Amino acid sequence: MPFGISMVEVKDGRLVEHPILKFNRGREVTIYFNGKPIKAYEGETVASALYAAGIRVFSRSFRWHRPRGFFCAIGKCSACMMEVDGVPNVRTCKVYVRDGMQIKTQTGFPNAERDFFAISDKVIDRIFPHGSQYTKFNNKLIRNFVLSQLRKMTGFGNAPKKEFQGNASYEEVRCDILVIGGGPAGMSAAINAGKYGAKVLLIDENPFLGGQLVKQTHRFFGSAKHRAGTRGIRIAKILEEELRKIPSVDIRLETKAFGVYGREVGAVEKEKLLRIIPKKIVVATGAYERTLIFENNDLPGVYGAGGVQTLMNVYGIKPGNRGLIVGSGNVGLILSYQLLQAGVDVSAIVEAMPRIGGYFVHAAKVRRLGVPIYVRHTILRALGKDRVEGAIIAQLDEKWKPIPGTEKKLDCDFICVAVGLSPTHELLYQAGCRMKFVPELGGLVPLRSKYNETSVEGVYVAGDVAGVEEATAAIMNGRIAAIHAVVKLGLGGEEAKKELEEALKDLEEFRAGPFGERIVCGIEKCILASEVEL
Amino acid sequence: MSYLEKGYAELNELPPFPSEERMKKKSVAYIECPQPIPCSPCYESCPVDAIKMDNINDPPVVDYEKCTGCMNCIRVCPGLAIFMLRLREDGKGEVTLQYEFLPWLKKGDKVELLNRKGEVVGIGVVNWVLPAERNDQTSLVRVEMDAKLIYEVRAVRKVRE
Repeated sequence: MPFGISMVEVKDGRLVEHPILKFNRGREVTIYFNGKPIKAYEGETVASALYAAGIRVFSRSFRWHRPRGFFCAIGKCSACMMEVDGVPNVRTCKVYVRDGMQIKTQTGFPNAERDFFAISDKVIDRIFPHGSQYTKFNNKLIRNFVLSQLRKMTGFGNAPKKEFQGNASYEEVRCDILVIGGGPAGMSAAINAGKYGAKVLLIDENPFLGGQLVKQTHRFFGSAKHRAGTRGIRIAKILEEELRKIPSVDIRLETKAFGVYGREVGAVEKEKLLRIIPKKIVVATGAYERTLIFENNDLPGVYGAGGVQTLMNVYGIKPGNRGLIVGSGNVGLILSYQLLQAGVDVSAIVEAMPRIGGYFVHAAKVRRLGVPIYVRHTILRALGKDRVEGAIIAQLDEKWKPIPGTEKKLDCDFICVAVGLSPTHELLYQAGCRMKFVPELGGLVPLRSKYNETSVEGVYVAGDVAGVEEATAAIMNGRIAAIHAVVKLGLGGEEAKKELEEALKDLEEFRAGPFGERIVCGIEKCILASEVEL
Repeated sequence: MSYLEKGYAELNELPPFPSEERMKKKSVAYIECPQPIPCSPCYESCPVDAIKMDNINDPPVVDYEKCTGCMNCIRVCPGLAIFMLRLREDGKGEVTLQYEFLPWLKKGDKVELLNRKGEVVGIGVVNWVLPAERNDQTSLVRVEMDAKLIYEVRAVRKVRE
């Protein structure tokens, strides 16, 4: 064995110790999965507790009934949807365990793990070629019957029969600035708006602040002024402490914004409906992970890199014994190192580009521990029937085509897809912001002024939703958006105006290197012509 | 840029080593950070301005004569790219590196010495440790080895009985 650098004690699928993190598990509880009792700890999500118990199949795909497992762990995909305490279509990666909770898979017969309909993966194309259900039956009655039965088989869950028993209530909230998202960009925006006296409401769907910083165990880059050399997890705490000291900031956790209606925002805080009437909105909703096309990429065991970080660094659950990393950007490189720290082997890092995408120093620190890095290689397929048991990779030629004869079988029991992120832009679309596809920024992003104001006056963006970059830049952008909004509201005076220009300069300097070039090039493509000067 | 194709740098892609004389006097910081990235904690942590960096994106350049071996930079480097090198009177060499794995290394532990590619090139002994809890979970370990190995050993792995 080439690695095994870290030796970490594991109990019940959970890491007992870790070089960087301390896992404070809550009270032991029992949850029921398809009737089977499963041990879990308070503070864990349902999906992570199931994962720790060795459960890998969370649902079935609706046509072929192929097994689907854990993927993103942050509520962006739908692979983990199940029925929880009678409520269908619950993303189990976002729901926390409670003693006695009843969890059922809702796709497959009798359940997703052992699905009788899984046979359709082999035969359905012969019996029912795609779309044939609409043409095969001439008799309308029979056709409608078949269609309704097919829809039932897809397993989108059944509406609960019980009446809602909770306490639904309603609240109207007025504020100067609403910040949607409590990650680095959102926290920075709230801090910088709050410190000039603006009345801020910060909402986040999670029960904690910090966004994706909570799984970043590595020390950050940048300058000391921007907390370089400090671990991401600590930066989350530092920002939170700063934020909680500001009396004019109202923080609402477990609060999901579901829509922007003109100048108002609808949100749900636990079981309470919120009608938020802000003067300005900062959208800092972050990004979600992309996936990659290859054979068997839906097999349980093919995960988003960030999903694995969440599982391992937030909930302390060992993702597997040996991972393959697809993508050598910073996320893939950092994740490789984090896996080694948690006592998990890394089989290889595969990169389609002719060179490593992330920082060299991140690559060097795993390479010197023996992790092979294959540039100009891609993954052809994942091996295994119900879960990943290996992978085939191959070298690519100049035209990005796999070169026959270069296939290599790699031993792994999970695969981390680290091929980048896409901005979580839905609220911006709904708000009516003009959007543009900018590959350098990760996908669809809003046009914006240099102060991060979108084409809709009073709607700002900051962080990955404005263009996928990294946390230090997100913090800087949150500051710019918030201070501009503050100045437009007539607060802060000359001091705020001065700080705004400083903040712009800081960011410009930060992006001056080759890694910033791509971002700057992307931003030039989506800068609004009508610059709003102060 | 071949270091970005392989994940490790060749000697010609790295800064020149400090002179033997300098390394014999006391330990000195050697930084393997050839790529321009926006990062400057080493520069900011240096109390004697031995690290030159005009812009946050510039790779650091160490003035080996100014460097006092205080280890402020190696404590904070987020890239784990700084190594303290020393040649001892008795003909042995020492490399100090950042270490973030379990179990933590202790003075006297025998370790396998790994080069930049992860190949085992020898066996060394830990002769000094800055415990992880005193440096936000990044332990510093100083490893004693053959003098000629200090130019290539960049990681260690505990020898397990």
